[in-house]
Amino acid sequence: MRDYMVQYETPMANNVVVAGIGCSGNLVHLLEGEQPFGFHGIHGRALPIALGVKMGNPDLNVVVVAGDGDFLSIGMEHIAPQAARNLNITAVIMDNGVYGLTKGQASPTTAAEHVTSSTPFGKMEAPVNPLDLYLTLGVSYVASGYSSKPRELAKYILDGMDHPGFSIVHVASPCTTYNDNYEQLKGNVSKGIEPTAWAIPEDHDPSDITRARALVQDGGVPLGIVYQNKERPSLDSRIAGLAGREKNTDVASLLNSFDL
Amino acid sequence: MAGQREFVVRFAGEGGQGVVTAAEFVARAATTVGYHALTFATFPSQILGGPTWTQARVSREPVKSPGDAVDILVAFNDYAYAEHQGDVRDGGVILLDPSVSPDASDKGRRTIAIPFDELAKQTGESRAANMVVMGALSKLINMPVGYFKEFVSTRFAGRDAVIEANHKALDLGLAQVAGESAIMDLGEPNRPDYPQSFIKGNDALSLGALAAGLNFYIGYPISPATPVLLYMERNLVGEGKFAYQASSEIEAIAALLGAGFAGRKAMTATSGPGFTLMGEGIGLGWMTEIPCVIIDVQRGGPATGLPTKTEQSDLLTALSPAHGDSSVPVIAAGTVEECFYAGVWAINWAERYQGPVIILSEHSLAERAQNIRKPDLAQVKGESRSVYTGSNGYLRYEGLEASPMPIPGGPGAYIANGSEHDGYGDTTHLGSRHIQMTHRRFSKLELLHDGPYESRNTDASVALVPWGGSKGSAEEAYDLLVADGIDVAWYYTMFLNPLPPALLKELRSKDLVLVPELNYLGQFASVLRSKSVKAEAITQYTGLPFKAHELAERVKEQLAARTTPKAKKVVQA
Repeated sequence: MRDYMVQYETPMANNVVVAGIGCSGNLVHLLEGEQPFGFHGIHGRALPIALGVKMGNPDLNVVVVAGDGDFLSIGMEHIAPQAARNLNITAVIMDNGVYGLTKGQASPTTAAEHVTSSTPFGKMEAPVNPLDLYLTLGVSYVASGYSSKPRELAKYILDGMDHPGFSIVHVASPCTTYNDNYEQLKGNVSKGIEPTAWAIPEDHDPSDITRARALVQDGGVPLGIVYQNKERPSLDSRIAGLAGREKNTDVASLLNSFDL
Repeated sequence: MAGQREFVVRFAGEGGQGVVTAAEFVARAATTVGYHALTFATFPSQILGGPTWTQARVSREPVKSPGDAVDILVAFNDYAYAEHQGDVRDGGVILLDPSVSPDASDKGRRTIAIPFDELAKQTGESRAANMVVMGALSKLINMPVGYFKEFVSTRFAGRDAVIEANHKALDLGLAQVAGESAIMDLGEPNRPDYPQSFIKGNDALSLGALAAGLNFYIGYPISPATPVLLYMERNLVGEGKFAYQASSEIEAIAALLGAGFAGRKAMTATSGPGFTLMGEGIGLGWMTEIPCVIIDVQRGGPATGLPTKTEQSDLLTALSPAHGDSSVPVIAAGTVEECFYAGVWAINWAERYQGPVIILSEHSLAERAQNIRKPDLAQVKGESRSVYTGSNGYLRYEGLEASPMPIPGGPGAYIANGSEHDGYGDTTHLGSRHIQMTHRRFSKLELLHDGPYESRNTDASVALVPWGGSKGSAEEAYDLLVADGIDVAWYYTMFLNPLPPALLKELRSKDLVLVPELNYLGQFASVLRSKSVKAEAITQYTGLPFKAHELAERVKEQLAARTTPKAKKVVQA
């Protein structure tokens, strides 16, 4: 966000962080230095709050921070409409594969058969593949990052804010208390654990949706920019494009149209 | 009826037979020449077809309710005849399609068969069946057919073939009843000397909010609130304006708060089911102190209930839509004219106290088309929230009073937090802080004690106190009671929360407050009782409005029951 301000010469007051409920949402209270505006709302509704903030003032840079529980379970219904509208905001999703704040229940991204406090006999549901889901719903910028690689992550977030439409930066962000899978992501040669995270090849063309779909189905956690479509107009640009289409809509004229 | 200066005409048939537009046509034509009129409509929630009826009440005097008895019924099919003929008064007239077989034993009313569709075809405009009806009607109500012709000419100006066909249809209809006598003499129109609007409740609500400066609307389609969304999408367009269809009511309320936070005057409209879905969001608005307006156009509930019928059963939900301690301001419109001012007041209250405000309307008002005194925009004052303009480091939630609100893009960054919070908006769950913040949120309601109220015959110890859309029928019932020499007071306000303090004080002094309301629980009466008012409800839950005469009788029954000592219950061993 700070980099974004420098790049676009906008004040910090033009930034709004809309936070979901969960460990990730607490981020809005943990920012250091000059503060942006924040909205820490209700569980699952960060995206629709962001819809109102952005369309209330399209000049604002609006960033959603939420977790896999907030965004992919209770808030899942809100992803598709924002993707269809191409709402010009950035969502940073911290995926720890567990409900941390309520002490360790299974989330949509928890692996099948995994034992958690709410799945004592192992999780019965198949896990969701978030990157695949975003592509299917038509999200116009999808990147995948890893909390242990903050420099790359910052680049994706800045890229997402720069993207003229709905951008999601999905972050593998292990919970050290309830679902510590750092070792699986990174691998451990001495224990013979193969890493699940892998870098997207440099020759990947993010504008190629077919290749992007194949990437996210290759297994493991691909890291990098998965997909970007810069061609689709965003909702705010569509609304701005209505200027001049309106008829006489001042209140006096509207009232006069009901004259007897 | 000798000396009758008004009539009620009802059109009943299938949706798609022109039934929906017929009553509005009569009302428009009559008000254009200077009469007063209002319409009532109820139709099934389906794309086309289904049993539908509408009615118009036309008078030389201002009209307050849909009317009790039907003077003229126009029945387009057997079902409509069977369903509605019982409502036609003695001496009334039933106009029938020839395919309908009337009850041969009916001696009290005239039944006239008219081949509406066949005659319409003769005009070359098969859609002119309604004009055939209007032609016959003009004779029966003794209103010159020229009034209708003039209205047709104005309405279809420039389309000569349509005008000609419709004029011909009017003449054909008139010829069908040439030998019939009129059922009344409506008399010359008595045109009001003030400017008028002919408008429906939902449109008036929309315009009122716009007049107060509304510039952001988001909503999800639901009967009977959808017309507000459609109106906004067409008219809240252009620089600095935004109107949009959401993907659900949950999305609508969350986006509403986002827009209010971003500095907009924002509104949504829904009905019972959607309103319930918005509950958590409304609580968030109360907690984060964000101005916004939520309209609930009530229908029959619970669940899907009666989507196209009228009821006043959402009051308790409106007063407490969210979990936890809150007291959300509620303004209930009682007439089409009040719909406009409810829109103005709600925006202003929301901006002033910084929080959500609920407007209650109801199906019968939403769809009611009526001539009203045209609102004078010069008299409408739109309020805007106090905006923080100082430097950063501001504590937005400090103190016990409404304080200037920072707007993103400007100074005073803070966090609008649904968790209990400190002055900046960071989460704190300290008991002492929760007490302070709870007091802050409730004390702001004292800014909203300026709602006016009506009162008549205030010395009486018994009062009639309707709310919302029952106002019109109750006012007519009140006049009937007064004419019968019954000593009863009248009080009425749109402002149900907070109630005007002076009104509450007066109501507390009464021996009995009777509240006519369209619900089973007697919701407003129970609210008044919780405020130490001796209130009792007169309830009805048929999906239809009160009839004034029936209501007057029920008031009399309540008064009689009160003065007759109850027989002691005999307990047998």
